[in-house]
Amino acid sequence: MTVAGGDHVAVDRAGSAPYVDPARVRYRKRHAVRSAAIGILSLLVTTAVVIAVVVRTPGWPAVQETFFNPEEFAASFPELVEAFWLNIRIFLIAEPLILIVGLSVALVRRLRNPLFLPLRLLATVYVDIFRGVPTLLVILLLGFGVPALDLQGAPDNVLVWGIVALVLSYGAYVAEVFRAGIDSVHPSQRMAARSLGLSEWQTNRYVVLPQAVRNVTPPLLNDFISLQKDTALVSVLGPIEVLRQAQIDASFNFNYTPYVAAACLFIALTIPMTRFADWLQARQRRQRGMGAAT
Amino acid sequence: MSAARISTGAPMLRITDVWKAFGEESVLRGISLDVRQHEVVVLIGASGSGKSTLLRCVNGLETVDAGTILLDGDIDVTAFKADLDRVRRRVGIVFQSYNLFPHLTVLDNVTLGPRKVLREPASSAEDRARTLLARFGLLEKAGDYPDRLSGGQQQRVAIVRALAMSPEILLFDEITSALDPLLVGEVLDAVRELKSEGLTILMATHEMSFARDVADRVCFLSGGVVCEEGPPDQVLGAPREPLTRAFLAHLLG
Repeated sequence: MTVAGGDHVAVDRAGSAPYVDPARVRYRKRHAVRSAAIGILSLLVTTAVVIAVVVRTPGWPAVQETFFNPEEFAASFPELVEAFWLNIRIFLIAEPLILIVGLSVALVRRLRNPLFLPLRLLATVYVDIFRGVPTLLVILLLGFGVPALDLQGAPDNVLVWGIVALVLSYGAYVAEVFRAGIDSVHPSQRMAARSLGLSEWQTNRYVVLPQAVRNVTPPLLNDFISLQKDTALVSVLGPIEVLRQAQIDASFNFNYTPYVAAACLFIALTIPMTRFADWLQARQRRQRGMGAAT
Repeated sequence: MSAARISTGAPMLRITDVWKAFGEESVLRGISLDVRQHEVVVLIGASGSGKSTLLRCVNGLETVDAGTILLDGDIDVTAFKADLDRVRRRVGIVFQSYNLFPHLTVLDNVTLGPRKVLREPASSAEDRARTLLARFGLLEKAGDYPDRLSGGQQQRVAIVRALAMSPEILLFDEITSALDPLLVGEVLDAVRELKSEGLTILMATHEMSFARDVADRVCFLSGGVVCEEGPPDQVLGAPREPLTRAFLAHLLG
């Protein structure tokens, strides 16, 4: 099969290794090295400039003394770590409860049986109210309000009510995340499941929810990160968690370094979680990219 | 093939005077159609002629406005309180867009129905699924997720998934329309295989040469009713109705 001109012959290249022009390989390599060098240089220069400017400002010595005092940091840190353990426990107790509340509410809001109308209305009202009221307000209302009622059988531990408030507040958000996830599953999936004879419940359990949960894992993790920080809000009720401990330490010698130390503890906890969320999201994108046909 | 063509007995599916409208638009206008056991009936017609709607009414994905659909002489799909789960256990459907479950492997896609609906033990469901997959050349794909498969392979898995429920009748809704032309053949071969085993099939398609080859009876739908029906050679080769002639002429360009 000779083409006009004679010497261009169609070659069967199926199965042969990918071929890249060596000149292009060199160009790409040079380009990559240059990009990396520019990036590093730019980072170093910017950092140096920022440090030089900040350190030279007239207020810097005072700022350093008040916020970044190494002795204060070392002195308050062990107590703060101990107090932070309470934040972690609040988070560990609240999180599973939030998932249960969120998923239940999301499912209830999708019920179509008229018998469940009151339940559906209740779920809608719940989400509307608790998404609208600031978390801090809910914590104050429940934490100081309910124990004051002196209800028989109701725990009078403010910590319990602080956790309940967090669960109610975050449950409303997570319910909406789950609902969005359920809606993101294409109706044809439900149709395919029902036409196999699966019941409504089985369709949800085996086809819709597994896909919905997968779709909303990144936004859910985002809410968890936010919850880790908001455990500090419970401090308004009195329990000595890390923020309250920092407050105590700070007011002791009018130095704010303990606040910065507390902030470091939160960051140490949330950054791994954030990176994990990023990684999950990236992995999901890669998987999606491959299955573009469906 | 000739054995399947001489079908006798009571109809497996009897559609009588079915009406269905979406809003003000009437899609089915009193359509009637029988499908006997072991028969392959092919629905042809322009887009919007009601082929898909009719198929979806048969397994209760759409509710009819009027008329009756009787399955096997005893289940009324159109009864006000029809047990649609029971209907769907006996009627398999394969869609144009495969609709496999992306979070399940091929094997789990096939066994989900048998395990959860027919309450079959996992081991026997998987054995049966493997046998079926092997028959359609898909055994080595059993552990893969659907997005790793070509369109033709996905559609064959969808056929196996419907087949695993041992349905009495299979509905195919333009199952090759979403496929690359190169992949249409393998799916149509799968349908031929089902016909050779004597399955009862009601299918909508635009593949006229395939319809001619595999159908026991071809029904041309127009205006929400069966405009012309008969053996493929007659309906496709020597149509009596002017509308059928116009449709076929249009298809052939």
